[in-house]
Amino acid sequence: MDFELDEEQRALRDAVRGLLKGYDPANDAERRRQVVATDPGYDTSLWGRYAELGLLGLPFSEEDGGAGAGPAEVAVVAEEIGRVLAPEPYVASVVLAGGLVAAAGSAEQRAELLGGLASGERLLAFARADRDGVAEPVIQGAAADTIVWMVGDELFVAPRPGDAIASRTYDGGRSARLVFDAAAATRIGSATDEATQVAFARARIAACHEALGAMESALAMTVDYLKTRQQFGVTLNRFQALTFRAADCYTAVELTRSIVTWATMVAAEGTAAQTIEAAARAKLQVAHAGRQIGQEAIQLHGGIGMTNEYVVGHYTERLTAINRWLGDERAMVGVLSESLADHTLLDPLG
Amino acid sequence: MGYVASMRLRLTEEESAFREEMRTFFTTEVPAEIREKVAAGRHLAKDDFVASQQILNAAGLAVPNWPVEWGGKDWTPLQKHIWHEEMQLASVPAPLAFNANMIGPVIANFGSQALKERFLPDTANLDIWWCQGFSEPNAGSDLASLTTRATRDGDDWIVNGQKTWTTLGQYADWIFCLCRTDPEAKKQAGISMLLFPMDAPGVTLRPIELIDGSFEVNEVFFEDVRVPGDCLVGEVNQGWTQAKFLLGNERVGVAPVAATKRALARTKEHATASNAIADPFVAARFAELENELLALELTALRVVANSADGKPHPASSVLKLKGTELQQAVTELTLDLAGEAGLASASSTVPEWAALAAPTYLNFRKASIYGGSNEIQRQIIAGTILGL
Repeated sequence: MDFELDEEQRALRDAVRGLLKGYDPANDAERRRQVVATDPGYDTSLWGRYAELGLLGLPFSEEDGGAGAGPAEVAVVAEEIGRVLAPEPYVASVVLAGGLVAAAGSAEQRAELLGGLASGERLLAFARADRDGVAEPVIQGAAADTIVWMVGDELFVAPRPGDAIASRTYDGGRSARLVFDAAAATRIGSATDEATQVAFARARIAACHEALGAMESALAMTVDYLKTRQQFGVTLNRFQALTFRAADCYTAVELTRSIVTWATMVAAEGTAAQTIEAAARAKLQVAHAGRQIGQEAIQLHGGIGMTNEYVVGHYTERLTAINRWLGDERAMVGVLSESLADHTLLDPLG
Repeated sequence: MGYVASMRLRLTEEESAFREEMRTFFTTEVPAEIREKVAAGRHLAKDDFVASQQILNAAGLAVPNWPVEWGGKDWTPLQKHIWHEEMQLASVPAPLAFNANMIGPVIANFGSQALKERFLPDTANLDIWWCQGFSEPNAGSDLASLTTRATRDGDDWIVNGQKTWTTLGQYADWIFCLCRTDPEAKKQAGISMLLFPMDAPGVTLRPIELIDGSFEVNEVFFEDVRVPGDCLVGEVNQGWTQAKFLLGNERVGVAPVAATKRALARTKEHATASNAIADPFVAARFAELENELLALELTALRVVANSADGKPHPASSVLKLKGTELQQAVTELTLDLAGEAGLASASSTVPEWAALAAPTYLNFRKASIYGGSNEIQRQIIAGTILGL
């Protein structure tokens, strides 16, 4: 089992890190706050640079206007986004909404929608309608021009309704309330078949990587803080009550890295059923670790962690949001509880 | 753009064949009676340990981590991992840790040629049963504060003092014993490792009964025990270097991933038979534990993939910490499922697993204490890895 990135993946990581360095709190503590403060809550010109780098078409086939890369490359991008809390809706728009079109759409629909997404000309958003045809929150539903709808067991695409209004989410993003208009929508396929379930699973795994990047940053910031902040005439790392909690956070992050990376390998090489299960496993671990790191990062910082001006609390916000998006702890435990009888024990090398 | 995914999930054909070979050996060559005792969580007799280890040793599978010339295997870290995991999955008792993981590698690494020839073959074959003379009443986690002393008498050493928590010392033929040989030197600098028989005049062993009623550990007293000079390992006052080497090895094997998976699978069978698993609360506990164990196993595989020169990876502290937490959590789930029946631990009418649940739960409270307590592991993670 090989968990390391190859040379091209490292080059991709470095390119994305370079692209997003403006958001890195080590370079500019204000940039991200400025961007999320004004609509649409992300940097549209930077989104164009994502397109130039090929990131917006990364997971799609070359015939569909994409780069034909796999889950490992998507993971690299998502992790870098999480590391600096880049507010661009990469997982929501490219991996989830785009992924559903790639899984369910016809060749013409894929070429049109994914080609436009990859070039940065189109923004896709995903909306799940309730029984009344209403969807809320739709991540970046007001900025998107095309909505991928899940209505019952069917998937549709439709132009964004004209009256969509963006509201701010607690993690700095934007959501909208949209109403499904059947007359304006085109059916693209089933929302429950295997290919679509795999698309959801891949988005779930990408979200796990984004969370992992965020956790690693939040922990690193917290460790730095413990080394520099002084109380009682000494730095905080002299207090074992604090360093032991940081050690537990490190343990949680390492376990998360293992299972999330494994899920990506399964998505790249495994069957549909294996990918769907692995995504649930990764998401459940992220639910635990994300909560722990988010809560401890604030607690170990003390009062400064509560302030909107200081960045660590924003990591907690994002981790909190990811844990309630694309399947929460309860849903994942439910899925895995259902499958307990399928195996005597789990064998990742099998 | 041509990004190529290099991450690899499956075993190679050779690795799979190796795994199959191990699985076949462990499940066919080691007697089923011994493996069933391990699987059921019963205590093993001395003869069971000896019989099992001698079968492994005859096949060259008892001490793969030793140097090749002393019976070790020129295996990759992944092969060693597979050997260890398959052994646990088959409920084969691991080769006695005091021999295979502790004193054997120390003698192979620090001992003279004469010491190696005298001890290593018998140690691999469990013809000598070793016990560990490290902890003392006032030197537990703070091992370097030990006070058992060895003083020169001609070429010999005279040992006086006391050790404790000496696991399975009641079966032991020999002890490897840390003694203070230079009382003037500061803590770590004046310690040496001596080897002597447990039936040497002046050695007294007193069993300690544990909370589960078992006798696993002992106190060992030394009163003017005469030890020949050639029973010193390596150089005088270098014992701390050897002890650190030994404790680093101890930590690696101490995360019993596959054994915990096996225990959880067995508990799941009981919960399925009783239909307790239909309760969503019970099912959720199984789902959570299986998932955490998977994350732990994948972490162990990462450590294996990144361990170059056989030295313990700093992340091995993560494995020990989380591994023992999960091991304990499984004993707790088993006890919860046994419920009130667990009180009838001496009964012959409640199922064996339910009768053993409480003693096992109580016994495994030890896991977060031995092998460097989990607090010591947190200290290592905070200090060595995080730089705190």
